[in-house]
Amino acid sequence: MSVRIDVEHALGHLQLHVSITTSAGLTAVIGPSGAGKTSLLNIVAGVIRPDRGVVRLDDDVLVDTAKGIWRPTYTRRIGYVFQAPRLFPHLTVRRNLGYGRWFSPAVTDRFAFDDVVDLLDLGALLVRMPARLSGGEAQRVALGRALLSQPRLLLLDEPLASVDQARRDEVLPYLDRLRAEIRLPTIYVTHTPAEVESRAEQIVVMDRGRVV
Amino acid sequence: MTDAAIIALSLKIAVVATVASAPLAVIVALVLARGRFWGRSLLNAIVHLPLVLPPVVTGYVLLRVLGRHGPVGAFLESTFGVVFAFRWTGAAVAAAVMGFPLMVRAIRLAIESVDRDLEDAAGTLGASRWWTFATITMPLALPGLLAGMILGFAKALGEFGATITFVSNIPGETQTLALAIFSLIQTPGSDRAVMRLVGLSVGVSFAALMLSEYLARRVARGRS
Repeated sequence: MSVRIDVEHALGHLQLHVSITTSAGLTAVIGPSGAGKTSLLNIVAGVIRPDRGVVRLDDDVLVDTAKGIWRPTYTRRIGYVFQAPRLFPHLTVRRNLGYGRWFSPAVTDRFAFDDVVDLLDLGALLVRMPARLSGGEAQRVALGRALLSQPRLLLLDEPLASVDQARRDEVLPYLDRLRAEIRLPTIYVTHTPAEVESRAEQIVVMDRGRVV
Repeated sequence: MTDAAIIALSLKIAVVATVASAPLAVIVALVLARGRFWGRSLLNAIVHLPLVLPPVVTGYVLLRVLGRHGPVGAFLESTFGVVFAFRWTGAAVAAAVMGFPLMVRAIRLAIESVDRDLEDAAGTLGASRWWTFATITMPLALPGLLAGMILGFAKALGEFGATITFVSNIPGETQTLALAIFSLIQTPGSDRAVMRLVGLSVGVSFAALMLSEYLARRVARGRS
């Protein structure tokens, strides 16, 4: 799959102006805090509506401000793992994982429930409430929840940011497993290049709203 | 009128007032919490008006608008055969109007306290705005909804001024506990009866508060 992003957006004092084309399996976007990396993902996911520009997955136009096209978030089928897990606190882990399934009944399961649970070692957590998970566990559930919404593209926004240093091993190996076993185009945003150096097929460096 | 009949009528009026106005309260609370439109503060002021106005004024306005000769009252009677004036349903309307601001306020605060980030997350998982509201926002605001309904119910149960102005004080039809006590106080030699009803009033209110506390705690426990 090829992803085309070419957008401009004013964010307070930061002027975001980014043009990226990638067909890599794992595209890393690195750069310091405040470079506009998260905003870029929000634009791709549809959480932010950009001032100007185009977002395209293959031939599917998600945003084209010149033609007045803006597809709402819920129609995009883009999985998004945020910095914080953002699990739904009133639902068990099982129901969090199954949440996206309600809304994609016609889509054939590329990622089956049991497979994702095995892949991310979530079996023991299914009956728990999110408040009773560690940071690493919660982030794995968030990853599983995103996969089970059957996305075409996966966005990871500093998925280790909310996890203690000591617990990062609870997440990183799973990201590797994911990459090895599932071919799902992924955009991985981080300000820690070491997380992605050996993994990414394409690296985009951002600073102050621009690709450098 | 037996004491039991008076209490049953009071509870019926308060329950109907609360349950019937709750859906509208949720909609108004949602609009006030999330809507961005011209006239929002006007709507907010109108909703809160019964909280500030003397209840007798609210009752009088209801009488002029919903009474048999009022514009809305006459229309409802000729079109649907519905009459509020001097009926228990009118007492329920008065109680609902008086409790409405309290209900809206509690629900609105609860909706505003729901993390918008969770709603964005639901969107990326394929939930439209309405689905997000139904499956994320509303369940998370549920304790506030319950608290709002309980406040509205408490207000409805004790409502006096608007009720007596709008639907008068008719034994067996609109004479709630508060109105019955008022009548008895004006009757010489009924001190014992007054004391009995006052005791019952305290008892019913106390039971309602205990029940609400219990419900609120049960909802909270489901979360952890």
